[in-house]
Amino acid sequence: MSLIAFQTIVIKEVNRILRIWGQTLVPPAITMTLYFLIFGQLVGSRIGEMGGHRYMDFIVPGLVMMSVIQNAYANVVSSFFGSKFGRYVEELLVSPTPNWIILAGYVAGGVMRGMLVGGIVLIVSLLFTDLSIAHPWIMLLSVFVAAVLFSLAGFVNAVYAKKFDDISIIPTFILTPLTYLGGVFYSVNLLPEFWRNVSLANPILYTVNAFRYGVLGESDVNLWVAFAIMIGMTAVLFVFCLHLLRQGVGLRS
Amino acid sequence: MHALSATHLKKTYGNRVEALKGISLDVAQGDFFALLGPNGAGKSTLIGIASSLVRPSSGDVRIFGKSVVTDRMAAVAHIGLVPQEFNFNQFEKPFEILVNQAGYYGVPRELAKRRAEQYLNQLTLWDKKDVASRTLSGGMKRRLMIARAMMHEPRLLILDEPTAGVDIEIRRSMWTYLTDINRAGTTVILTTHYLEEAENLCRNIAIIDRGTIIEHTGMKQLLGKLDREHFIFDLARPIETLPELGGYRVTRIDELTIEIEVPRGTELNALFGALSGAGIGVRSMRNKTNRLEELFMNLLDDAKGRAA
Repeated sequence: MSLIAFQTIVIKEVNRILRIWGQTLVPPAITMTLYFLIFGQLVGSRIGEMGGHRYMDFIVPGLVMMSVIQNAYANVVSSFFGSKFGRYVEELLVSPTPNWIILAGYVAGGVMRGMLVGGIVLIVSLLFTDLSIAHPWIMLLSVFVAAVLFSLAGFVNAVYAKKFDDISIIPTFILTPLTYLGGVFYSVNLLPEFWRNVSLANPILYTVNAFRYGVLGESDVNLWVAFAIMIGMTAVLFVFCLHLLRQGVGLRS
Repeated sequence: MHALSATHLKKTYGNRVEALKGISLDVAQGDFFALLGPNGAGKSTLIGIASSLVRPSSGDVRIFGKSVVTDRMAAVAHIGLVPQEFNFNQFEKPFEILVNQAGYYGVPRELAKRRAEQYLNQLTLWDKKDVASRTLSGGMKRRLMIARAMMHEPRLLILDEPTAGVDIEIRRSMWTYLTDINRAGTTVILTTHYLEEAENLCRNIAIIDRGTIIEHTGMKQLLGKLDREHFIFDLARPIETLPELGGYRVTRIDELTIEIEVPRGTELNALFGALSGAGIGVRSMRNKTNRLEELFMNLLDDAKGRAA
């Protein structure tokens, strides 16, 4: 029974992503094309190498991961908050669907959109560079774990959000700055020691570097440490989300 | 075992509003049950607790013996809920909404599609199955929510003002549908402000006022408490002054209309005799109000009097 409920939520989420493809799939492709063109092609040609790679090659993994993170987060926060706002989350809440299936279904939707957009951006990047993937399984695992992690973060945001403004505050004021400061455009080894150490507190740094290791075979941080941090944070957020659902925070009165 | 059994149910919201003050209520299996009360009486809170959208402050609700507090999933699996507000995704199509709802209850997708066709047909929505549900009329949206609630074939259907704002033709077709599913074995609990609806459909009734049940009985027993009836008479000729009609209380509404209060069980022949004796010709007569409405108002007045 739980499997059918999970399958239902996933189908509903995929249908939503495809129904509003103009909002979900096209904008990241356009934005990332501009990043590749401006930072990779125009500015990058004057920068030269970064971390032993052409600047364009260096930023591709970061930009792909940035797309994955932003889209996984955006999908869950907008879809789950939309269902709260339109009250159709009640369809699920009055049903015998277990809380962990509700969570897993929405997270699966976020992961699918994140990986779909990541795939599109990776394909777009091939217009600008010839990438060879150093460690495909590490690349896939890192993108999957990051998508799960930020889907869960989006879920927390949606649970606490009371109005539409609340679902844009965290992406604008926290997620985007952390992404830009998370080693997407530069190697943190270039930073003075103090700022390098500060950067190590940024979880996005580990997702970007784990993915970069999968693509280029290079990382600013230890791969095992990166995965341990990502998986640890995912586990903590998963338990926290289940706690929120069990308590009915923002959902049951 | 009751279809629904509420025990010492209390709910105080965060703003200290005491919505339910320890109510107990049983609804038998197979019943067609009316839950009445003025706005803010606690009806929707009771339904919210039964469907697990609202957490009780204390007490419990059991659905076919399963507690919504300690065995939520087993309890809610038996309930089909038609809420007061539209709560489906207005961008989805009716067919999708129904199939998805069945999926949340573990109904396999192919079976869900067959049921969606069946219920959309029964509620005359099949030709709207692929339109965006936001484009449906109010009556269609209400019927869509009934179809959605039936998708997992619940043993208990709870409807919170299902006919609010729908025209009389659709309302009557919904009555027929609900009567049919009740005859087929589904227990139905209905809240409504149309007291005629409750009188026509329901066998048992509870009236809630300010979080307390002030009446919980059979519909016939309740109507049996009515000791007076009021009739409106349309007269054949205008009258200038009120006639004396030997013990009947007469009120003039206008020169061609009077109202007469009659003790329940009185033979009306004597009244017509008195009218003829006074030289009053009657063109037609009718009940002043719905009988239940009169009782409902009396009970609320009594409850207010006790509270004062």
